[in-house]
Amino acid sequence: MKSGSNLEKILKAGHFAFTGELGPPRGTGAEEVRHKASFLKGMVDSVNITDNQTAVVRMSSWAASLIVLQEGLEPNYQMVCRDRNRLAMQSDILGAYTLGIRNMLCLSGDHQKFGDHPQAKGVFDVDSMQLIGMVKKMRDEGKFLGGAEILNPPQIFIGAASNPFADPFEWRVHRLAKKIASGVDFIQTQCIYNMEKFRAFIKQANEMGLTEKVYILAGVTPMKSVGMAKYMKSKVPGMDVPDEIIKRLQGVDKTKVADEGIKIACEQIEEFKEMKGVAGVHLMAIEWEHKVPEIAERAKVLPRPVID
Amino acid sequence: MIVAKRKPFDEIRQLLKGYKKVLNVGCGTCVAVCLAGGEKEVSVLNAELDMAGKLDDNPIEIAGITIERQCDREYLEALDSKVGNYEVLLSMACGAGVQFLAERYPQIPVLPAVDTTFIGVNQAVGWYEERCRSCSSCVLGHTGGICPVTMCAKGLYNGPCGGTNKGSCEIDANQPCAWYMIYERLKGQGRLDCILEITPPNDWQNQIPRTVIQPGYSKPETTAK
Ligand code: SF4
Repeated sequence: MKSGSNLEKILKAGHFAFTGELGPPRGTGAEEVRHKASFLKGMVDSVNITDNQTAVVRMSSWAASLIVLQEGLEPNYQMVCRDRNRLAMQSDILGAYTLGIRNMLCLSGDHQKFGDHPQAKGVFDVDSMQLIGMVKKMRDEGKFLGGAEILNPPQIFIGAASNPFADPFEWRVHRLAKKIASGVDFIQTQCIYNMEKFRAFIKQANEMGLTEKVYILAGVTPMKSVGMAKYMKSKVPGMDVPDEIIKRLQGVDKTKVADEGIKIACEQIEEFKEMKGVAGVHLMAIEWEHKVPEIAERAKVLPRPVID
Repeated sequence: MIVAKRKPFDEIRQLLKGYKKVLNVGCGTCVAVCLAGGEKEVSVLNAELDMAGKLDDNPIEIAGITIERQCDREYLEALDSKVGNYEVLLSMACGAGVQFLAERYPQIPVLPAVDTTFIGVNQAVGWYEERCRSCSSCVLGHTGGICPVTMCAKGLYNGPCGGTNKGSCEIDANQPCAWYMIYERLKGQGRLDCILEITPPNDWQNQIPRTVIQPGYSKPETTAK
């Protein structure tokens, strides 16, 4: 065991993992975090706590992670390279681990231009690839990036993202290979809508032997509306939404669109369960946490396994 | 070359507020080539300042001189006999030139008339684009001659990120993704192995003022502080 986190145990035991996501509030107070967490408890193996998602200031990811932990849910602490340099990153990791955080997701982060402080200086002292390597060095060598010994090194289960759809498509699997070489333990992918392209990506990853070296969790976000699908298709960089998805949502009665979105998500999850090289699903039900129990139920991923 | 652009006229007037005798010093090198602070720009700015002063009933005495390079002592010398006649020096050189001028005449205020913008290339007359951040550790040898530090919005050493959109950067559809270009160029050269390797965290050398002394040279005693 690298970290002994619940997520690691589930994956190691060969169960099909199911993780969720929770965005911290734009303000103080634990109530909103606890409220969102209440829908996820018992439904997911671990919950990603986003880090100033879309470059908008929110409660810090480690603080919200700790609240979630108090609620009996296991956090997956997200950290972006945009907001902190290597000193701040390493000290946050020490603090987070000390207070019980065991999973981390290493990300580059959306550019600050998108957020509520477009004037901010982007840090990007290290990139996501280098962050993975830094956390691994801290864990496996017990050393800081600068080389000094760490007293009681943090035992973190290291995650990263992968976008199988962004250009250049042929390079994406090699980028995944680089993340594995850097030391990543698990991958959560970008939201998948183009299944054909994802199948091709996984096939390539299988052929290169990558899926034996890393756990891949397929990213799923149910569409709430036709507007959301159109927005994701045209406005979100690196997102691939085929026209069939939009047509299918348009084809149902207006009151049934969200239900159809969940249905599509569940069909995808069924396919992922059978797909060689896919170790689980990462459900990003953005501002739709209260729907997670229903989605988990309909996707037949309940009850979640409990491992001591 | 170093590319600069003239400061807004009102800002220059604000900087000069209260001064009656001004010498505007242009630079004949980079800023002249990029049409920001050479001889021609000095006379245009002086004419504007002169006119604005008269219109305001607050005329100023303004003269102009353009020297070959403000970042070079040899050329600054030509100013020694002149500056004493003025209350203030306006410099149209890059930030390095402004500072070198201020260093040479510490008793006289030296004010910048341009904003130094980047190290870049001349795409066409009047059109310049940034290409280099002078990071002190050039990686162009394995990135197909395209700088990820400058051209990637996140300065990623191991790109492309997940935001690449049909060859554009996530920040703007009109901004090409540096890493997409790097990939395409290296693929064309059959050199993709260059970016299969992980580039380790950078050793940032541009966090303190840097000095270069070329091999075989040393800091002359006379100019050392
Ligand atoms: S899209 Fe390309 S240029 Fe823009 S931040 Fe990502 S890797 Fe860099």
